[in-house]
Amino acid sequence: MREFFRKVIGIDPEKCLPEYRVGYTGQQRTLDLTHNVILYLEDISVSFDGFKALNKLTLAIDAGELRCIIGPNGAGKTTMMDVITGKTRPDSGTAFFGQSIDLTRLSEPEIAHAGIGRKFQKPTIFQQHSVFENLELAMKTDKRVRRSLFARLRDEERDRVADTLRQIRLDGEADRPAGLLSHGQKQWLEIGMLLVQEPQLLLLDEPVAGMTDDETMRTAELFVSLAGQHSLVVVEHDMAFIKELGGLVTVLHEGSVLAEGELDSVQNDERVIEVYLGR
Amino acid sequence: MRKPLTLRLLSALDRKSWLALGVFLTIALLLVPVLHLAVPPESAFHVSAYAITLFGKIMCYAIVAVAMDLIWGYGGILSLGHGLFFALGGYAFGMYLMRQIGRDGSYQSDLPDFMVFLDWKQLPWYWSGSDNLWWVAILVVAVPAIVAFVFGYFAFRSRIKGVYFSIITQALTYAAMLLFFRNETGFGGNNGFTDFKRILGYSITSPETRLVLFGLTALMLAVTLVFARWLVTSKFGRVLTAIRDAESRVMFIGYNPLWYKLFIWVISAILCGIAGALYVPQVGIINPSEMSPANSIEIAIWVAVGGRGTLIGPIIGAFVVNLAKSWFTVSFPEYWLFFLGLLFILVTLLLPHGLVGLWKTLRQSRGVRT
Repeated sequence: MREFFRKVIGIDPEKCLPEYRVGYTGQQRTLDLTHNVILYLEDISVSFDGFKALNKLTLAIDAGELRCIIGPNGAGKTTMMDVITGKTRPDSGTAFFGQSIDLTRLSEPEIAHAGIGRKFQKPTIFQQHSVFENLELAMKTDKRVRRSLFARLRDEERDRVADTLRQIRLDGEADRPAGLLSHGQKQWLEIGMLLVQEPQLLLLDEPVAGMTDDETMRTAELFVSLAGQHSLVVVEHDMAFIKELGGLVTVLHEGSVLAEGELDSVQNDERVIEVYLGR
Repeated sequence: MRKPLTLRLLSALDRKSWLALGVFLTIALLLVPVLHLAVPPESAFHVSAYAITLFGKIMCYAIVAVAMDLIWGYGGILSLGHGLFFALGGYAFGMYLMRQIGRDGSYQSDLPDFMVFLDWKQLPWYWSGSDNLWWVAILVVAVPAIVAFVFGYFAFRSRIKGVYFSIITQALTYAAMLLFFRNETGFGGNNGFTDFKRILGYSITSPETRLVLFGLTALMLAVTLVFARWLVTSKFGRVLTAIRDAESRVMFIGYNPLWYKLFIWVISAILCGIAGALYVPQVGIINPSEMSPANSIEIAIWVAVGGRGTLIGPIIGAFVVNLAKSWFTVSFPEYWLFFLGLLFILVTLLLPHGLVGLWKTLRQSRGVRT
């Protein structure tokens, strides 16, 4: 019967059960991490007008891990993040968050509520809102319309925003319009918005682009301190920053994994050198 | 520490704004009636019936302008079809006014004249209950709301945005206009509804009825303003402007923009419907030309002229443009549309934030000098 549904109608009845649905209420179900894997992508393929952005990509991220992803332009790094966050649907393949949440079936907001936060390559913040309001909007809570109409910040939520402001070193800027911040500060604000969202998995697309060396090192410290409690996937080009983070490195090339390992071994891998230096 | 809703509504406006609102309502509800009824027509202080109708009409437009601003200025969604919701509310209330004519029409029939003319023997099913003011009041709200919900749900779910959305709303109001032009639709064809006689049994042309309608419109404008202010200062309003500025970010922090857009879209349509219902008895006619694309574009111009993203701006815009219109169409009727086009171009080029933006800039530069 189940086979019939899956084959003929294309619906897996089990996946219509409530535990597969994620609402917008901010009530996270505890993630099923039985095999200690928080994110599992298998054979993901995405093509745009014949161009294969991802080609049978398989990748697993452990719970609490800090993983760096590198690769030349067009390797599929951003497309991979689009697939994980629901912006792009894969042509084939599966993407699981924990053991039970099928990411290919959820919308972007549902994935956010499931516990995945994303920082864009270009800092994307609400320019017209104050720094405080940016964090207020991002904060983990019930995000349905009827709640937003009557929502008032509780004291502990105010404290949470204040703590985060200190953490991202913007405590003096709370009432400034976010659009007036410097580029590096905007990057930090976006990271702060991720933090108050309390995701279990953070996807960070070039988080230190445009930061000064000092800011870059502070960001590295922050990320290292977050690992363990959270899982992080960082896409970067800055090798000094990746070295500072110290996690495993995955090299993407033409939409699939080329190499994986410690930074030193990856950097000495001949195929990687070839890809980066050209044939 | 949850504050009761009344207190939060009170804190939606600051003291100066409440004071201004109070002055406005005192003028509209007390001063104007006295000046109209008690002051003799030859006095300079007499307020004429023409002025009451004109300002009553413009206040209806001002409600529409605020509704438009909620969706465009705050939500970033430019609708060029808001005339449809205005007309739907107007038609719904017009049905009641037609039934109030009773047997005083040209054909002395229980049916409205245009139905007799079409040789219809009974009211179509959707006219049933239209002699009941309460049922019609429900229709005034529900019909624009349902049309807006159905259209908005599919448009926003398909993530139709920007100019594509604007064009589709134009097509929507145009299609509705063609539908209402047809006699078989049962809304009077191209003549629409007119020759109203009574409202709740009172003569529609009596000064007292006019004043009551004028007062109700002023009250509705005030309620709209306070409600809109409360909406845009709530967290809902902040999410809405966030969707306007960076929709993908809003989705990735867990808000579903569909419901936020749909909510403000439906609210906006309802406000337009109520404005339309107040407009029809004061102006005395409703016909399909209210749904013409040009009318809806004009609504956007009021908001642009006044200043979008502020609530007082659209009201100022509606008054300025419509007062100019009523002067122009009397003095130089053939040049009005040229003037309107010129106004739109000038405002877009020189005053991106409208008159309110200009006022703010002037005040700032004066502040710098002193």
